[in-house]
Amino acid sequence: MPKTQTSESAPVVHKRISDPLPVQMVLIGLTLLFFIGFIFLPLGLVFAEAFSKGWSYYLESISEPYALEAVKLTLITVAIVVPLNAFFGVTAAWAITKFNFKGKATLKTLLDLPFAVSPVIAGLIFVLLVGSRTPFGTWLGEQGIKIIFSTPGIVIATLFVTFPFVARELIPLMEAQGRDEEEAALTLGAKGWQMFSKITLPNIRWGLLYGMILCSARSIGEFGAVSVVSGHIRGQTNTIPLHVEILYSEYNFAASFAVASLLVFLALLTVGLKMILEKQFQKNSFHH
Amino acid sequence: MGIELQNITKKFTGYTALDNISLNVASGELVALLGPSGCGKTTLLRIIAGLELPDSGKIILDSKDTTNLPPRKKNVGFVFQHYALFRRLTVFENVAFGLKVLPFRERPSRSAIQDRVEHLLKLVQMDWAIKRYPSQLSGGQRQRVALARALAVNPKVLLLDEPFSALDAKVRQELRRWLRKLHDEIHVTSIFVTHDQEEALELADRIVVINKGRIEQQGTPQEVYDHPANAFVYNFLGNVNVFHGRIKNGKVSLGTHHVDAPDELKYTEEKPSQAFVRPHEIGISRIRSNQADLAGTIREVRLMGGQIGLNLECEGFEHAIDAEIPRDLYLNLQLAKGEKVFVSLNRVRVFTGDYEI
Repeated sequence: MPKTQTSESAPVVHKRISDPLPVQMVLIGLTLLFFIGFIFLPLGLVFAEAFSKGWSYYLESISEPYALEAVKLTLITVAIVVPLNAFFGVTAAWAITKFNFKGKATLKTLLDLPFAVSPVIAGLIFVLLVGSRTPFGTWLGEQGIKIIFSTPGIVIATLFVTFPFVARELIPLMEAQGRDEEEAALTLGAKGWQMFSKITLPNIRWGLLYGMILCSARSIGEFGAVSVVSGHIRGQTNTIPLHVEILYSEYNFAASFAVASLLVFLALLTVGLKMILEKQFQKNSFHH
Repeated sequence: MGIELQNITKKFTGYTALDNISLNVASGELVALLGPSGCGKTTLLRIIAGLELPDSGKIILDSKDTTNLPPRKKNVGFVFQHYALFRRLTVFENVAFGLKVLPFRERPSRSAIQDRVEHLLKLVQMDWAIKRYPSQLSGGQRQRVALARALAVNPKVLLLDEPFSALDAKVRQELRRWLRKLHDEIHVTSIFVTHDQEEALELADRIVVINKGRIEQQGTPQEVYDHPANAFVYNFLGNVNVFHGRIKNGKVSLGTHHVDAPDELKYTEEKPSQAFVRPHEIGISRIRSNQADLAGTIREVRLMGGQIGLNLECEGFEHAIDAEIPRDLYLNLQLAKGEKVFVSLNRVRVFTGDYEI
């Protein structure tokens, strides 16, 4: 390096305006304390309890037939609920962001209803609607269709509880993107489905996936609403959370926590996927 | 491939966006819809494209009634104010879009699409960016691509909605001239919407001035500028000084002063009127050459590139008068703030309607 250059540039110090050090330390400390007390410690306890009777008991607990049936029912529920709610969510978000109609604001507010209503109430609504004592339920029973205390009831209750996730993720995104690209596609000769599949869907895909992941997480873990409509029939209408609860109430703690650890793994998987998607999201938001 | 609009009316809740508009655009013409924001000009353009439906009236494209056709069957090219390029697609895919969505029987072969896209991108001087994404282009470049995309489907009509208003001044002017040149080459019937009178005057074969959902005047830029039909048009087409006074037999009395208005001899009865003078139609001199000249004082001097803007306080006039004179004259007369000068109103336009501006 030539000598002249060294004398030119004194290092520039960018002073940032920030809170004084003690305040920062207290805030960071409090956050850490909360994390330890409410997340790391309980999670650790779940695993400690799950393995309290050793590896073989753990494996046995999660592979006994009733546990496997519960896992199967949970996965079936997720496999039905998530695609349906993805469809409903896209439809609702589309209607709200791309059209103007009366009652649009009300519809937007109503979307949040499943979040506002207690899941237990949500479950009860369906029991009252299609339970065996109602006229509609009786009629369904005569046709040989059973909803309450069976898989359809669990799916319907989960559908209701997880409905808002996709729509809420998409509405702000689609509002920000506007209608211009869709209109451009139409003037260029695209039919409705061509416009949707070639323009709209690619534009919202990360948001849609993100919403679907949140929806899956909630579907797996939903307890209240499902509990009301399920009837807790072992090997038939028990999902993972219900199975955990039954084992727990039978004082079979080790087995209960072993199955619960499955939920923890699924939750960690969701959080991991969520992190990856968020990164994609940020990368892609520069793309416009 | 002309356009014929018959009695188009469109109401939105609370106001009338278009009030019985009829307009003909000849094949190959470049027409500007000029008006203030909210005057209905963009709504009219969207109705022609089929993006909105009129409440009543007819749209005849190429002697076919297309009023109720969906946009994809209208065969119009639309260029949006904010480009509306497909952000997930490359420049090539953007331009090819209109060809790729054609039904299988009408769709050109892959190589034909390639050739057409390359040709169009050369036409808009964007062939170098064929593999890029819209986010990697500047505003002016995006709008060129948007234009190529609109032209790809061989539209009968090209509609441009304030195509340059999101660009900065220099690029705007450049692109404007380039579009005029391009239109002279390809002659596609075009309508563009603008609120910029300079853009309309420079670019269009014909200007249609719209205000509050009605057509105020239409004609060549020269006609509209030199013979504005009313006070609104005159005012909208450039800077003006407005004086309130009375007119009789080609003489306007503005307070204690009388000004000749030889263009306006038709009023033999005294009438209240508004007199308009453009800043560059005001003369400034050091000596009084005419009895009608006003004595004034320079209150402010503004540099405006080749012109100098003067703000003048004149005897007997309540409001200050704005004038624009060539820089040379300004230097020759050795003018400065506070200097006394004589002011002549060289060309006065008088309108008697009680037009709100």
